[in-house]
Amino acid sequence: MTALLYLVPISLFLGGMGLVAFFWTIKSDQYDDSKGNAMRILSDEYDYHPKED
Amino acid sequence: MSVASCPACVAIPEDQIEMTAQEQAGKLLFSVPDVHCAGCIGTVEKAVLTIPGVREARLNLSLKRLFVDADPGLSDAIIDKLASVGHLAQPLDETTLDSGKDHEGRRLLMRLGVAGFAMMNVMLLSVSVWAGAEGETRNFLHWVSAAIAMPTVAFAGVPFFISGWAALSKGKLNMDVPISLAILLAIALSLYETSIGGEDAYFDAALSLTFFLLAGRYLNHRTRMAARSAALELAALETKTALIIENGETRAVPITQLQRGDRVLVQPGMAVPVDGRVVSGQSDLDKSLLTGETLPEAVEPGAEVFTGTMNLTGPLEVEVTGNTEDSVLRQITELVSLAEAAKSRYTGLAERAAGIYAPVVHLVAFAGFVGWYLITGDIRHSLNIAVAVLIITCPCALGLAVPAVMTATVSRLFQAGVLVKDGSAVERLAQVEAVVFDKTGTLTKGQAELAEDTDAQTLSLAAGLAEASAHPLSKSILAAAQARGVDIARVTDVTEIAGKGLQGQYQGRVLRLGRAEWLGVEPETNRGVQTWLQWGDDAPVALYFTDPPREDARQTVQVLKEEGLPVYMLTGDRAEVAAPLAESLGIENVEAQVLPEAKLRRVEALGDKTLMVGDGLNDAAAMSGAFVSVAPASAIDATRASADFILLSNDLTQIPRAIRLSRQARARILENFTIAGVYNLIAVPLALLGYASPLAAAIAMSSSSILVSLNALRLLRSKT
Repeated sequence: MTALLYLVPISLFLGGMGLVAFFWTIKSDQYDDSKGNAMRILSDEYDYHPKED
Repeated sequence: MSVASCPACVAIPEDQIEMTAQEQAGKLLFSVPDVHCAGCIGTVEKAVLTIPGVREARLNLSLKRLFVDADPGLSDAIIDKLASVGHLAQPLDETTLDSGKDHEGRRLLMRLGVAGFAMMNVMLLSVSVWAGAEGETRNFLHWVSAAIAMPTVAFAGVPFFISGWAALSKGKLNMDVPISLAILLAIALSLYETSIGGEDAYFDAALSLTFFLLAGRYLNHRTRMAARSAALELAALETKTALIIENGETRAVPITQLQRGDRVLVQPGMAVPVDGRVVSGQSDLDKSLLTGETLPEAVEPGAEVFTGTMNLTGPLEVEVTGNTEDSVLRQITELVSLAEAAKSRYTGLAERAAGIYAPVVHLVAFAGFVGWYLITGDIRHSLNIAVAVLIITCPCALGLAVPAVMTATVSRLFQAGVLVKDGSAVERLAQVEAVVFDKTGTLTKGQAELAEDTDAQTLSLAAGLAEASAHPLSKSILAAAQARGVDIARVTDVTEIAGKGLQGQYQGRVLRLGRAEWLGVEPETNRGVQTWLQWGDDAPVALYFTDPPREDARQTVQVLKEEGLPVYMLTGDRAEVAAPLAESLGIENVEAQVLPEAKLRRVEALGDKTLMVGDGLNDAAAMSGAFVSVAPASAIDATRASADFILLSNDLTQIPRAIRLSRQARARILENFTIAGVYNLIAVPLALLGYASPLAAAIAMSSSSILVSLNALRLLRSKT
């Protein structure tokens, strides 16, 4: 059962990365317009293209 | 200017003041209520971006708001542009709307994320324990679980602990007291069990309880925020300004900055912005929003005018007097506050259920503990039983399913263009037993339309004059002429004579259109709104106007009656106007010339469960006295403020639909309570008898939570 000694930390680390990613989505306003975001994926226009001068 | 004479200038340098003002001007906010699809996003954003000076445009489809970053002063250009692509937009006042982020919602979401992460990990570890891990391995898994669970509960459980403690310190019980107790006791007991190498640990159950209930808490918060932002949005609509006259020049200022004694100019077609007295000018005022009376009232210098009336004919100079004692607004406000005070606060289903739930759970858990202690004398085992009872009675029907039902209902209503201002309003609407309508502006369009019996020649001449004027009656004459395809007479030298009418030349003869008194005839009082036309020396001819019903009014009344709801009409207008309209709409119960206070009494007399639909100031008192109330978006501020629902699309057929939806929502809530009740009837005796192992508790609690949540979400799919 010594495998657990490193498997458990590894699984916690991987889960933790997911949690950090979730925090990032909250911080970058990704839940402010869930309906709009669901629709935007249907648009042909690329959404976040850099501004052209 | 010396520095010492102006301390504020030192604190805020002038250039900085200018900069902040400019920054604010850069961000514009619009409400675009009719966007609904991917296509709309593209159309709206692209259209706005073509305007020179616009740097960024982003449409939020959930809130139906458009954020624009642009040079100052482009607001009107953007609205025109949106109108040209078919979207009606209204500017929102950003200062009224707190554009700050929803910090509480973010924190809740963060706690939810942490609880979900911890729950999944601990659940995985627990599966190994349930699968038969023993001895050292089990101990190791328990210790890892404890290490995850304790910080998680300390972080994610805070909302429950705070609310539970707040209730306890006031000597009361709420739902959060048993929740907090269950979480904390379960963690403490499991920690003790782990430290002595025991078999049973409830870390997973404590965490899933936290997770499910936080999910409910978050949904609840979302619904409340939606309602709050709806109310704020209404307040932010139309930044209201008045034209103030200073040193012979006029300039627009926000009405909040007006002071008693200021003089304001009210142009024809404008709403009177303040209560005041007429200093100069003559005109007719449309007071229908105040009183329901459709016949305009003539005013001259010295007359008192009130907010919410519409100036029709001539420009008026008004001196601001503020809310005087006999101001209509003041009287109505008093009536509204009286009605609100008399109305008993509605206790929601969830609140009532929580009132029963909290004490019963404590009692049962405590009884279990005492019972087992008396029989076995084993404190540890008795505590285990008590914790199992607390955990297994998971109040998910209350804490998760009710918010889920509410979120689903409110979002369905919002999609249909109905704003919900108060969460309990949905439950109240479900119980409505009678519907009362106001007439002017609610069942009717609230706009004068030319009566159909006007002959073509009169119409042609009148339209020739009306072309030159912005008066509402002129506009509707012109609209009628265009709709009927009548040739518009070429009238020359048209002048508008304030407070009287229009005058021009046609085929060498004087043509006049205006008030009966001006043309020397007696107005026909029983025909309502009218204007007269005279050509040369011919006898003056009358043009009558009617206030036609909304297209969907008849259908709405019909549907409501089919649902078994009696429909009433109470109006401040005269019976000659009200009765034929009611008949054409199929409303049998009509009362005309009802004063605001009498309206309130009538609504109260109709029973406890009355729905009031109205738009005028004269309805505000009746609406706050009614069990639940609805206002179209065209209603005036005071009325919208006292309404529970706002029809954004001004579509009356949404009323029966909203009633059906809220009935479904209430039925779902009651169903969920039944499911939860049955579940507890089975689970609690098992827990009391000591059969609730951590595995059984985890399965039972999760499945009951998922069951009630799925039942709640059925609302999203129902076809109504």
